[in-house]
Amino acid sequence: MTHLFSLPPVSVRAGRVWYRNLVVFVRTWKVNFFPPFVDALLYLFAIGMGLGTYIKEVDGIPYINFIAPAILAISVMNSAFFECTYGSYVRMYYQKSFDAMIATPLSIEDVIAGELLWGATRSVLYVAVMLPVLAAFGVISLPLALLALPLAFLGGLMFAAIGMCFTAITPGIDTLNYPMFLFITPMMLFSGTFFPLSLLPEAFQYIALALLPLTHVVAIMRMLTLPALSWTILLHLAWIVAVTAILWVISINLMKKRLIT
Amino acid sequence: MTGIIEARNLRKTYGDLVAVDGISFSVKKGEVFGFLGPNGAGKTTTMKMIACVSPRSSGVLSVFGMDPDTQPAEIKQRLGVVPQETNLDPDFTCFGNLFTYSGYFDIPAPAAKKRSDKLLEFVQLQEKRDVEVEKLSGGMKRRLILARALVNNPDLLILDEPTIGLDPQARHLIWEKLKTLQAQGNTIVLTTHYLDEAARLCDRLVIMDKGTILVEGTPADLVKQYVGDEIVEVDKSAEMLACLVAHDIPHEVTGDTIQIATDSSREIAKILLDSCQPKKMLTRLATLEDVFLKLTGRTLRD
Repeated sequence: MTHLFSLPPVSVRAGRVWYRNLVVFVRTWKVNFFPPFVDALLYLFAIGMGLGTYIKEVDGIPYINFIAPAILAISVMNSAFFECTYGSYVRMYYQKSFDAMIATPLSIEDVIAGELLWGATRSVLYVAVMLPVLAAFGVISLPLALLALPLAFLGGLMFAAIGMCFTAITPGIDTLNYPMFLFITPMMLFSGTFFPLSLLPEAFQYIALALLPLTHVVAIMRMLTLPALSWTILLHLAWIVAVTAILWVISINLMKKRLIT
Repeated sequence: MTGIIEARNLRKTYGDLVAVDGISFSVKKGEVFGFLGPNGAGKTTTMKMIACVSPRSSGVLSVFGMDPDTQPAEIKQRLGVVPQETNLDPDFTCFGNLFTYSGYFDIPAPAAKKRSDKLLEFVQLQEKRDVEVEKLSGGMKRRLILARALVNNPDLLILDEPTIGLDPQARHLIWEKLKTLQAQGNTIVLTTHYLDEAARLCDRLVIMDKGTILVEGTPADLVKQYVGDEIVEVDKSAEMLACLVAHDIPHEVTGDTIQIATDSSREIAKILLDSCQPKKMLTRLATLEDVFLKLTGRTLRD
């Protein structure tokens, strides 16, 4: 049957699934736009102004400006990962939405691709809400910081695909807690988010760069919002594109394996 | 290929388990074709293979002359499916469910809107148009699922237990709608546990058990061929059994009753009354249920 690495045939119908999720999201927009808005404020106050009182600068950058891109990157990660783990699992298992969808011309590949694209879109929407808040506090620099939006899509797609892999193999919804605590939370702390990667022991720095996807999203995001562009942005981008492409293929095939029997 | 669906030696295995074991059948345009059988007979698996959501293990299958393995989207564009499980989208209203589903068939929005409203009327849910589906009763949900299966004006309807768990009123309404659809020229394939439903709706049917087709025919022919016209039932007792054996009357014991299938209940009743002193006697028309139990046995399946 389907090989784990065989290229899944995705059609433009994936857009239908994406659109369905968008319609539901927009219908409940108040509930959906409030959290990222509050999130941004909470981080700014708690870490920026609380912790920031003691830590004035990191590498010559005001601390609050240092963590602003991290707040965006973490939000990219969380929104896409949550959407394609808990969100997709509920739609797949409890609502049987995928079964209903594949009874139409949609294929399972279309459905999962639509879910992944939606996960990425959600990251973009979250960042779109947070950007004005951060800009209002003057902790990011426009207009280059607007590139955070396309970055949110790319990074969101990566975390959506990571989440979908877990969704494909999880025995139940409770076991989705494991990747949350063992993968997402450590990543949130050790990816050069609230303190520079260079403070970690050298071996850990390499591990973070090699294995923690958030590291690369934070690095690019920081270059965009400070701004402090460097050619290494290309390395980070290449890493994200490669991993996203591979996981896009694997996550769709794993879900097909789970659902088509 | 002449039929809407043609299956030859269709087989489906899950590891060591053989769910469908080389069945062959053909469904003609415009007929209602039933799949009957106990739990685990392979009915739902067969439906899933026809609906292009479960690939076959071997054999030949064509729907509208196309292969589900190679042209699933083309086939599904012309299918309407009522699944066994209620899988309406809880994030939408009744209208929203039909409208969103129309989108999956690439139906343009204005046409989808019109058709969704028409279908709500067809299943008598127009008053629930803007109600969230979670607030519907079981019967309403099944009706909405039937409406959803019709959004693309399908040439073939696949119904897996369409009236499961419904009260008699709701069942009759669904039957009426299915009859209407058939009259409009739709081809319908359905599975059911309710044998009265099958007898009422199906032009032809197969009875399946353990992944194979036991018999195929019209409900009336099957009853006539496998049971006879009528059934005489009497209470079980040693004397009665001895009497039946003495008169060489073929019979079957089920629990506390003895069943005698016959073409002439009058004759049997006379013999019994004359010589066996039955305490209680009942004659009735033979039904599909008698055929079903005769062929698949009375043992519980799960």
